[in-house]
Amino acid sequence: MKHTISVLVENKPGVLARVSGLFARRGFNIHSLAVGTTESPDISRMTIVVDLPERPLEHVTKQLYKLINVLKVIELEPASCVERELMLVKVRATPDARAQIIELVEVFRAKIVDVGTDAMTVEVSGSPDKLHAFEDLVGDRIIELVKTGRIALSRGSRSIKDRALRVAG
Amino acid sequence: MTQATGAQALFRALETVGVQHVFGIPGGAILPAYDPLIDSSIRHILCRHEQGAAHAADGYAQASGKVGVCMATSGPGATNLITGLASSYMDSIPVVAITGQVPRPAIGFDAFQESDVTGISMPVTKHNWLVMHPEDIAQTIAEAFHVASTGRPGPVLVDIPKDVLQATFDYRDPGKIDLPGYQPVTRPNQRQIVEAAKLIAAAERPLIYAGGGIIKAGASDELLKLAELTGIHVITTLMARGCMPDTHPLCLGMPGMHGSYTAVTSMQRADLLIAIGPRFDDRVTGKLATFAPEAKVIHADIDPAEIGKNRKADVPIVGDAKAVLLELIKAVEAQFEKNGRPDYSAWSAQLDAWRRQYPYRYTQSPDAVLKPEFAIERIGELTQGNGIYVAGVGQHQMWASQYIKFQRPRTWINSGGLGAMGFGVPAAMGAKVAMPDKEVWCIDGDGCFQMTCQELATMTVEKIPVKIAIINNAYLGMVRQWQQLFYNERYSEVEFGWDVPDYVKLAEAYGCIGLRVESPDEVDSAIEKARGIEDHPVVIDFRCDPREMCYPMVPAGTSNDDIILGPEYDREEIEQVKAAHTDTLYDDDPDPDLAPAEE
Repeated sequence: MKHTISVLVENKPGVLARVSGLFARRGFNIHSLAVGTTESPDISRMTIVVDLPERPLEHVTKQLYKLINVLKVIELEPASCVERELMLVKVRATPDARAQIIELVEVFRAKIVDVGTDAMTVEVSGSPDKLHAFEDLVGDRIIELVKTGRIALSRGSRSIKDRALRVAG
Repeated sequence: MTQATGAQALFRALETVGVQHVFGIPGGAILPAYDPLIDSSIRHILCRHEQGAAHAADGYAQASGKVGVCMATSGPGATNLITGLASSYMDSIPVVAITGQVPRPAIGFDAFQESDVTGISMPVTKHNWLVMHPEDIAQTIAEAFHVASTGRPGPVLVDIPKDVLQATFDYRDPGKIDLPGYQPVTRPNQRQIVEAAKLIAAAERPLIYAGGGIIKAGASDELLKLAELTGIHVITTLMARGCMPDTHPLCLGMPGMHGSYTAVTSMQRADLLIAIGPRFDDRVTGKLATFAPEAKVIHADIDPAEIGKNRKADVPIVGDAKAVLLELIKAVEAQFEKNGRPDYSAWSAQLDAWRRQYPYRYTQSPDAVLKPEFAIERIGELTQGNGIYVAGVGQHQMWASQYIKFQRPRTWINSGGLGAMGFGVPAAMGAKVAMPDKEVWCIDGDGCFQMTCQELATMTVEKIPVKIAIINNAYLGMVRQWQQLFYNERYSEVEFGWDVPDYVKLAEAYGCIGLRVESPDEVDSAIEKARGIEDHPVVIDFRCDPREMCYPMVPAGTSNDDIILGPEYDREEIEQVKAAHTDTLYDDDPDPDLAPAEE
C-alpha cells in the first residue's frame, strides 16, 4: 500500500543520504521523493511516497524518528491533502502536429515552455493522475520527460509544525 | 577566550566529558591529535589493529557503563573500526569513534587514505558527524557523548579533517546541547503501566523476558524486586545474562537457539510475556509465527521502533527500563491490593519440574578427552561467578552463557547481535582497563582467537593482565555443528587443527604466559595457576573434544517447539518432550493476530 509522508529535517549535509539509506537498508520501497527548503532556511521538507506491501507505516515513521536530523514525520491522507507533481515533457511536434498538441495543452491547463523546429517542451503540473493522463494522450510523441516527484500539503489552516515535535531516539 | 588548535580543542573536550581512556592507533590524518595527547590526562592504549581498538572500546563500555572511546586515522584506519562499530550498534553499546580525515581541500578527490567514513559508518552508528570547522569540535564532541550515552545507547563517529585539527582558533567551551530532533522518551506512559499491571494480575502463566535494556538502565535491583514481589520467573537473554543472579530460584537463564529447555518452553507456554528491554531477536523467537502463541505481550523499550517490530505488543510501553520497572512495581502492588494476589503456583511448579528434568547436560569421564563444557564450567565455579567473562562468538560463547553462573550485571560481555568473531580478546582487554580490580576471563574459540590475537601484544606492553581460555576444538565448531546436522556431515573448510599455531608458543612470543591443558584432570590446576598470575596476560590452550555439540538447539527457522535436547537425553525423555509439545501444549488454537506472518 502506498502512503504519502511529509518529513521535516534539519537542513544539514548528508541528511538526504541518511533518509534514503534508511529506506534502502530496511527494505522500504520509495515510490517518489521530493525535497526542498521551507519557510525556515535551516529546515527542509521531504515528501516521500512509500510503498509498503506488508508492513505498517508505523515501522517507517519510528525508524525515521531515530535519525537525529529528523524533526517531524506526518502521514498525509489523500482525502485531506493536496498533492501535486510537476512534469516537463518534450514532445515531437512537426508543424502539422503542433495544433493538436496546443489543444491538449489547453485542455490540461499546461504550458508550452520551449518550441523548436520539430519539438515542443510542455510544463504540466497537477495530481499524479492528471500527469499520467497527459502522458497517455501524448503517447509515442514523447522524446523525454522528467518529474519532480510528488509534493503535498494538508488541507485547512493547520501546519506540520502545529503539533509538538514528537521525537524519540 | 584562548588560542588553541583543533587537536587541543578535541582533547579539552574529551577531558571535559570525563574521558579517561582511549583505544587507538595513530596514522597520517589523525597525527595532529596525537600531539596534545602527550600533555593530556587521558591514557591512550596503543592497539595493534583498529578492529581491536573498536572492540576494546565496546568491552570497556559494557564492563563499566561508561562511554568507550576509540581513535583511528582516515581510510583504512577508519574502515577497520567498522566491524566493532557494527557490533556496538547491534548491542546498543555507547562508543565514540574519532577518526582523522584527509584535509578539507582534498575531500572528494580520492586523496591518499581517503574514504567516506561518515557514509560508510552511517548504517552502523546512531549518528555521525564530519566536523568542517575547528570551532565546532568541542560542541560536536559534547553532542557525540550525549547521543552515544542517552536514550537507546549506541556508537557514534566523529570524523575530523587533518587541517581542521591543525587550525588555530579562539577556543570556546561547548554550549548547551541543542538537538531538537533527539529527545528520547524515558518516562513511561502511566496509562500503559496500569494496563500492564492489569494483565499481570490476570495472568496464569506469566514470564518476565528480560533483555539487554535492563543492564543498560542499571535496573537489576528493580527487576529483582518485581520478580520477587510477583513470584514471576525471569528469563535473561544473551545480552541480559547477569542482570539477575543465575542462582536465584526465579531465574530461568537463557532462552533462544541454545537456551535452556525451560526458558525456551516456558515462553512457548506462557500466557503473558513481560518483555523489559529485549528486541524479540530471531535467535530467541525461532520461527516467529509459532513463537509464544498463547502469550499476550507487554513490551517496554526505550526505542519505540523496537516495539511491534517483530511481534505485536498488546501493551506497548516506551521508556527507560528502570523507570518502567519502578512504575510497574507500584502499579502491580496497587493491583494486588485491590484484587488480591494471583495464584501462579501451578505454573511455577511446572517450571521447576522442567528445570529438574531438563537441565543443560554433558558428560565428562575422567579418562576421556576434555569436554569444552567442563573447562568453561570450572572457570565459572573456581572464580565463583565473581569475574568478568568475555566471549568470542560460537559454541564456546553459548557454553559460557549456559554454564557460568552469573551473579551481577556487566559481568558477561559478548557480541550478541552482530556475532563478530574476534570480539573476545580485545573486548576483554577493554573490560580489564575499565575494571582493573576485576578478574577478567576471555572464553574464546580457536577460530575467534586467531582473528584478533595481535592484541596480546597490547596487553603485555600496556600491562593489562587478562586471562584467556582458548576452547581449542580444532574446528570452527559452530559451523562444523551445522555441517554435521544440516549438511549430511559433509565438512567443508572448517578444520583448523589443534597444533597450528602452537598457542603456548604464540602466547610466549607476545610476552604472555602460555599454558596447555590436554586432559580433564589438568583443568583446575591450570585455572588456579592462571588466577595466581597477576602481572602478565595468561593464555590457556584447552585442547577439547572437536566432536562436542552445543545443545539444546532450536534449528534456525524452526519453531521453538522443535527444540532438540541432544544425545545426553535418552529416547524416553525425548519422546516425552515431543508428546508434550504436540498433544497438550495448546488448549486452543493460537490467536493468528498475535503472530505476524514470517517474511
